[in-house]
Amino acid sequence: MQSNPTEGSVQPLLSVRGVQKIYKVDAGEIEAVRNLTFDLRPGELVCLVGPSGSGKTTLLKIIAGLMAPTSGEVVLAGKKVTEPPKDMAVVFQEYGRSLFPWMTVRGNVELPLKNAGIAKAERNQLVDDALEAVGLAHVPTSYPWQLSGGMQQRVAIARAVAYQPKVLLMDEPFAAVDAQTRADLEDLVRSVWEKLGVTILFVTHDIDESVYLGERVVVLSSSPTVVQEDIVIDLPEKRDQLTTRSLPRFVELRNHVYEQIQIAKQNKGQAAPAASAAPRTTVPHVSAATHGVLADGGGSGDGS
Amino acid sequence: MKSAKRLPTGPLLGLAGILGFLLTWELIPRLGVVNPRFLPPASEVLGVFINNLGLGAFWAAVVDTMTGWFLGLLIATVAAVVLGLVIGSSNFLRKATNSTIEFLRPIPSVALIPLAVLLFGFRIESTLLLVVYASFWQVLIQVLYGVADVDPVANNTAKSFGLGRMARIRYVVWPTTLPYLMTGVRLAAAVALILAITASLIIGSPGLGKEIANAQSGGAIAQMYALVLTTGVLGILINMGMRVVERRTLSWHSSVRGEVVV
Amino acid sequence: MNTLKKAGYLVGLPALLIFIWWFSTQGSTNFFVPKPGTLVEKFVTVWTWDRFMADVLPSLIRLVAGIALAIVLGTALGILVGTNRWLRSLLEPVLEFFRAIPPPVLIPVLMLLIGINDQMKIAVIVSGCIWPVLLNTIEGVRAVDGVLSDSARTFRISGFARLRYLVLPSASPQIMAGVRQCLSIGLILMVISEMFASSEGLGFTIVQFQRSFAIPEMWSGIVVLGLIGVAMSFLFQWSERRILGWYHGLREVEHAE
Repeated sequence: MQSNPTEGSVQPLLSVRGVQKIYKVDAGEIEAVRNLTFDLRPGELVCLVGPSGSGKTTLLKIIAGLMAPTSGEVVLAGKKVTEPPKDMAVVFQEYGRSLFPWMTVRGNVELPLKNAGIAKAERNQLVDDALEAVGLAHVPTSYPWQLSGGMQQRVAIARAVAYQPKVLLMDEPFAAVDAQTRADLEDLVRSVWEKLGVTILFVTHDIDESVYLGERVVVLSSSPTVVQEDIVIDLPEKRDQLTTRSLPRFVELRNHVYEQIQIAKQNKGQAAPAASAAPRTTVPHVSAATHGVLADGGGSGDGS
Repeated sequence: MKSAKRLPTGPLLGLAGILGFLLTWELIPRLGVVNPRFLPPASEVLGVFINNLGLGAFWAAVVDTMTGWFLGLLIATVAAVVLGLVIGSSNFLRKATNSTIEFLRPIPSVALIPLAVLLFGFRIESTLLLVVYASFWQVLIQVLYGVADVDPVANNTAKSFGLGRMARIRYVVWPTTLPYLMTGVRLAAAVALILAITASLIIGSPGLGKEIANAQSGGAIAQMYALVLTTGVLGILINMGMRVVERRTLSWHSSVRGEVVV
Repeated sequence: MNTLKKAGYLVGLPALLIFIWWFSTQGSTNFFVPKPGTLVEKFVTVWTWDRFMADVLPSLIRLVAGIALAIVLGTALGILVGTNRWLRSLLEPVLEFFRAIPPPVLIPVLMLLIGINDQMKIAVIVSGCIWPVLLNTIEGVRAVDGVLSDSARTFRISGFARLRYLVLPSASPQIMAGVRQCLSIGLILMVISEMFASSEGLGFTIVQFQRSFAIPEMWSGIVVLGLIGVAMSFLFQWSERRILGWYHGLREVEHAE
């Protein structure tokens, strides 16, 4: 359902157009983001990956409406973002600091709905469904800090999901959890995405994670940031930690992204010409074997 | 956020706040909102305050108050450190004294005022008794926290190297406790000043409190306000001084190094 | 066995101290230190129900009124100043100065401005108690976690809801720390305002006993004050544990790591 062969006719849901951010500090100016342009179509799961210090968090704050860009704009469903939009939810990296420690798990998930003025009965249903979806139906009366890190991040995801956003932003959400929990949470994101059809922008510095999760991977350069490359991930839609990661195609794509990031680190802010999106590329298949595997999912890759 | 950039920065605004406060104070009696007999304008009070700075009697009162403050704080600190180290380093003593400390601590120091008057009359010892009692608990509690915070691994390491009880206190317990102690002393210094002035105000022992009471009953209202102002200045100076001392003594300690100086 | 041990720790030292007191006053005629028996006897005869209603209760009512007012005003003003950076820079030095003034010296000032009555005594308590609450609230409001604040913003939680669900709970540990200081200052000011200018109340009664050299009676009054202090401290700890249960739990988890 997410792959759309006739993408040209679909309006983008989220557009980042020529976004630039310059911080003014005592020592002068620091250009964190130089010129970023990319689109998210409805229902896409796009990963944003870049070397550390590539202004990913700055970009995410601008998209979330928490920070104004120096120039350029972010458009969500045809409306320019000037404050946190109603149709957007954010999952932050610091799960311990993004949940309200004085509220129970249920209270945390419920609060945004209460604030939005949703009636009690509907609210309860949404909260129950969201907790169920992230596998936390059994701990609603616990406090977040009584749970493990992975569980806390599940609560944050449940809170975002219950809010019924059109776009879900995730800012390196699994950077602070251990490897096994991380694999579980990655699958959780995929399953939430498949079930609810929400559009997800997933920011990460982990190359494997970006390839495993994304339908597309947008590679950012080092700061000042531009889009280095926009890669279509033509892996089968059904992902699995074991089989997907051992596909030759997975390895190819991951190596390609890795190379791009290495290049990105070397030529800072040189890649993209001003105010235009980087071309959406499909990585050529190297081995014949991958073609066979991709026979059913091949349609998604046909970009520019 | 945007507007804050155009406005003057912190210290300047703070100065404006002080000037604004003084201006309001000046205007309230001048416009007759409050009878100037009860609240003289700021300029008059400041005039008296500055005039006081040249008077021997004023300085004598300040010295009396500060003597009570200093001696009381010193006695309380020494007593609290000794008792705190002894109690804190023994599990048995800590448990056995807990209920007594928790009971005695909340007893308001001023409850001892009648006793102080009976024992010492209007002499400075009355002040001392109250100051010592009030500041003692502040320091003791912090020292107990500090001793409890000693890393058992560090203590056992010291033991395994054959350090005796005194050596362990010197090299393990004391450095851990010091930051807590300094916090305790800083808190106690503020409390001690309050009590030093209060005792003199209520009992009539020599000091600023007594001068305030005299000024009030004698109708020297501007003088009374000037003296109240003086107590505030003393409070600020003590606070600042204690912070400097704390930072000097603990410059090696992470809690100070990491502290954002506001 | 375990409860017995705990009970031993709880009453052991107090019992020992009372024994020493009793033993050392045996046969002594020290004017200032009454025998334990005499003190208990006086305590029972002096602090009757009538006296409690006439002298202790009015004091307590003033105390509670003053503290309650100070907490409400201090928190409200603290939120106002704490959430407004400009206002904070403007007022900080003035507030620091007022905090530095020992509260009891305001008694003569307020006597002049208000006169000698209940309002004056309550005003004294408020004027001394408000500072710890106010300054702690400002600090607490200021220290709201950035990520938490961003989270609230992305869910469009603003205005009153932000105050109710984010700012107040987040500042509550600091506010409670302020309230704790405020309670002991309040009790001190209650006593002093009555010692200085009153014809009734606990402070006045104790001073009267002292002036008439009724020493055991005076001591019994000091004991009453002590009991009030202890009761307030327990009440505070009890309510603090309820209000800040989440905070202590969180701290425990953080320390365990």
